[in-house]
Order: sequence, then C-alpha cells, then structure tokens
Amino acid sequence: MSQSYDRGLVEDFGRWREFSAGMWAWVLHKFTGWVLIGYLFTHVAVLSTAVYGSSIYTETIRELESLLVVRFLEVGLLAVAVFHILNGVRLLFVDLGMGLDAQDKSFYASLVLTGGIVVASIPTFLGGQV
Amino acid sequence: MAEHYSSFDRRGWRWLLQRLTAAFLIVVLAFHFMLLHFVNHAAEITFAGSQARMSQVGYFATMLLFLVTATFHGVNGVYNALLNQGLDGTAKRVVLALLVVASAALLLQGTRLALALTGMDVSL
Repeated sequence: MSQSYDRGLVEDFGRWREFSAGMWAWVLHKFTGWVLIGYLFTHVAVLSTAVYGSSIYTETIRELESLLVVRFLEVGLLAVAVFHILNGVRLLFVDLGMGLDAQDKSFYASLVLTGGIVVASIPTFLGGQV
Repeated sequence: MAEHYSSFDRRGWRWLLQRLTAAFLIVVLAFHFMLLHFVNHAAEITFAGSQARMSQVGYFATMLLFLVTATFHGVNGVYNALLNQGLDGTAKRVVLALLVVASAALLLQGTRLALALTGMDVSL
C-alpha cells in the first residue's frame, strides 16, 4: 500500500537549504537535462557545416577544438551527461520498484562516480594538440 | 515514506516513451562519448572519418535513432518540467506547439546532416 510522503515543494527553490538528497537529485536532473537538450540543438547546428562541404566541416571542428575554453566546456558537458545518465539509471530502478530505500545513497553514489569519471577523463579531453 | 513508489501513469504513453528512450539513450550516449572522445579524439575528427562511419548502415541507423530518441526525450523532458512549474491553459498549448515545431526542425536538419555526412549532396 502506498503512503504519501510530504517533502514540500521542490519547485519552491527559495527553501533550498531545507532540500533533501532526493530533491537535489531532482534539481540536478532537470538542470542537466536542460543543458543536454540545449547542446543537442547547438551540436546539430555546428555539425551542419557538413552540408556546405567537407573542408568547412573539418576546419570548423579543428578551429573549435584548438580553443582551450572549448576543451573545458567539453569536460563540463561530459560531467552533465555522466550525471544525467547515472541518475537516470537510478530513476529507472526506482520506477521498477527497486532501490527506493537507498535512493539518497544512490544519489550520492551517482555524484561520486560522476566526479571520478570526469576527473579521470580530463587528460583525454585537455590533451592532444590545442 | 512510501513502501512502494513508482511514477508510472497507466494513461500516459509519454511516460512510457520517456523511459524507453532513456534506456536506449543511456547506452548510445555513452557509446557516442567513448567513440568520439576516447577512441577518436575530438580534435582529430575529419569529414572523411565521419563519412566512413556514417556510410555503415548499422552506424547510420543507430545515429538516426539516436537523433529521434534524444529529440523526443529532451523536448518531452522540457515540456514535463514546464508542466511541473504550473504551465496551463493557452500558454500550455502555445508552448506545446512551439516544442513540436522545434522538434520537427531539429529532426529535419539532423536527418539532412546525417545524409550529408554519408557524402550525399543535400545543399538547397
């Protein structure tokens, strides 16, 4: 039997100091989702240089990748994507009826794992010819 | 706390599609990052390399399905987030129409891009 669980409104962001782990997970999942859909539109727009010829496509990617700020932004994108994936797995398990009792721990695990994967990936993202 | 919780909504096809696309995207997004940042470094991406990958039927179909599922999952997620914020009435219908148009534009341009990456001339 289900029981109600009054967590208060997560949409009321003014009371962020009172947020529980699950509410932070909700906020971060929304935030990373907004970033990813925004990036999808940008990604297709940038790669669409391929429509105008092979050399402009290659040159555009080369030029962008030569900028250090782009490499850092890509690390940020990786962090956003990895968290959204890991927290998404957590949400799928909860929807399948598994892991609700440990939902706060699985959120912390998502954060730690995201941090680990991102830190380990920094040499690959920032390395190579800039 | 509830003994059993699920956000399952028996009436909602969008609820189910959001989760099915999520399961697909978890695998394909991770694969996309691995292939284009770790196996091939992003700075070394060339048209010839992209064309070689996109000319494989399986890869092309996966990328096209990636585009469709990511567009649905992302835009439906935005719509759900706005509904959570209390979007209703005329504003809800206008936002839905805008999101449908934006999705259609993204799918069209994404498909055009995918075909261009196979070497096909799709310039207008």
